[in-house]
Amino acid sequence: MPQPWPRPEVDSDSRPFWEGLKQGELRIQHCADCGRHIFYPRLLCPHCFSDRIEWVAASGRGSIYSYTVVHRAMGPFADEAPYIVAIVELEEGVRMMTRVVSPRDAVAIGRPVRVVFTQVDDALVLPFFEVTGEG
Amino acid sequence: MKSERVAAIAGVAESDLGETPGKTVLQLQAQAAKAALEDAGLTKDDVDAVFTAGNWAWSTTMMLAEYLGIRPRYTDGTNIGGSSFEAHVGHAVAGIRAGLFECALITYGSTQRSDRSRRRPMTGPQLTAQYELPYGLPTPVGAYALAAMRHMHQYGTTSEQLAEIAVATRKWAMMNEKAMMREPITIEDVLTSRWIAEPLHLLDCCLVTDGGGAVVVTSAEKARQIAKRPVWVLGHGETHTHNTIVNMPDLTVTGAVESGRRAFEMAGVRHEELDVVEIYDSFTITVLLTLEALGFCKPGEGGPFVSGQRTAPGGDFPMNTNGGGLSYCHPGMYGIFLLIEAVRQLRGECGSRQVKDAKLALVHGTGGVLSSTATVILGRD
Ligand SMILES: [Zn+2]
Repeated sequence: MPQPWPRPEVDSDSRPFWEGLKQGELRIQHCADCGRHIFYPRLLCPHCFSDRIEWVAASGRGSIYSYTVVHRAMGPFADEAPYIVAIVELEEGVRMMTRVVSPRDAVAIGRPVRVVFTQVDDALVLPFFEVTGEG
Repeated sequence: MKSERVAAIAGVAESDLGETPGKTVLQLQAQAAKAALEDAGLTKDDVDAVFTAGNWAWSTTMMLAEYLGIRPRYTDGTNIGGSSFEAHVGHAVAGIRAGLFECALITYGSTQRSDRSRRRPMTGPQLTAQYELPYGLPTPVGAYALAAMRHMHQYGTTSEQLAEIAVATRKWAMMNEKAMMREPITIEDVLTSRWIAEPLHLLDCCLVTDGGGAVVVTSAEKARQIAKRPVWVLGHGETHTHNTIVNMPDLTVTGAVESGRRAFEMAGVRHEELDVVEIYDSFTITVLLTLEALGFCKPGEGGPFVSGQRTAPGGDFPMNTNGGGLSYCHPGMYGIFLLIEAVRQLRGECGSRQVKDAKLALVHGTGGVLSSTATVILGRD
């Protein structure tokens, strides 16, 4: 029997992020002091230690910084392999881990991508990405 | 060499290695601790500081010290993954320099291979893990695959170049009777082994074994009483740059840039003076990135550097002379075995795989997902 998708243990740092995904919004943080964007969410800016942190909606566009094709997966993912896991760099300058749902031969480092909000089970929406061009 | 001789490695030992069904992590560490103290000609009562790393107890040093019957005056359970033990050596030297203790026992034990059949319940990812675990990146191999893919993109590094490392390391393992994998392999074998996470093949990945080890570090004064010749700790450095792979500032540059620079400066030695290097090889890419970050070659030149079996027996850059995590053993956090091999090389105890007249060695651990690094430079009189 397949194991359930690992369900994030939502906390007060992460709640706006996970709630945003359900509403079709990719939320990241922005520092009101140094002006840089922040992901993953946290209490203090890791650049300047300010606590003047605000939530903003990201454009959902970025590019592939690196990726791997996973052939040997474990636990709940075992039956899905092969699949593509990537680090995407958003236009706002922050990186996040994700899945790229485009065909293998469309995927390359540097290619532009956009977010695809993906309902992976009845309670969890994840921000996957798809390739939008040759970059 | 201008480094001050504050502390020395006095004894080293492995426990049983490979598959150790029925053994516990405490037994493996006890075995190794006893053997390392015997190697040094010291006893349990000489030990006044304990160091270990693991996630098998709420407080690993308290459980282990109690099990061994040691009441230390100094304790350090620093766990930064596979490089923990190189960091422990640095911490032990600092403590000895400060006059806090005279004799540190550093141990490690793991039964991960025998444990594999046991099912562990999967809890939901917490804290910062929640932003990565839901995507199914296998840990740690997937993270190293992401780094390898980026290095290939940026510098044109090839799978053949990574395979050179696996093949050369296997040749060393063939000369180590304790190594698990001793059949020769070719570059073609590596390239045709199955994908684990592209661009890493099965033979780009370390073994999964049980095992333990121990290292005894003493003050210079105490080192005069030991059974064998002391191996001096000439320099050390450590850092961690991130925890999860997405937060690694540059996937092609490890913290070895920092930890290595500090260790070289403290030791006052140059790269070309080193006789042997023991570099953490959880994956072939780990070695390639580390060689660049330590400054043995320029960024992006790791591929050409390891080509032509340069790191194999007979090559001009003897590396991972016990057969490494790729072919000898890899019980989860491998760093202690790098120290053990370097000490044996410097003592001239390595038989057919002995690097002739080895006087200076570099040991470099990498932990987590390229997250932590710790470098130690060792030398004999
Ligand atoms: Zn800021």
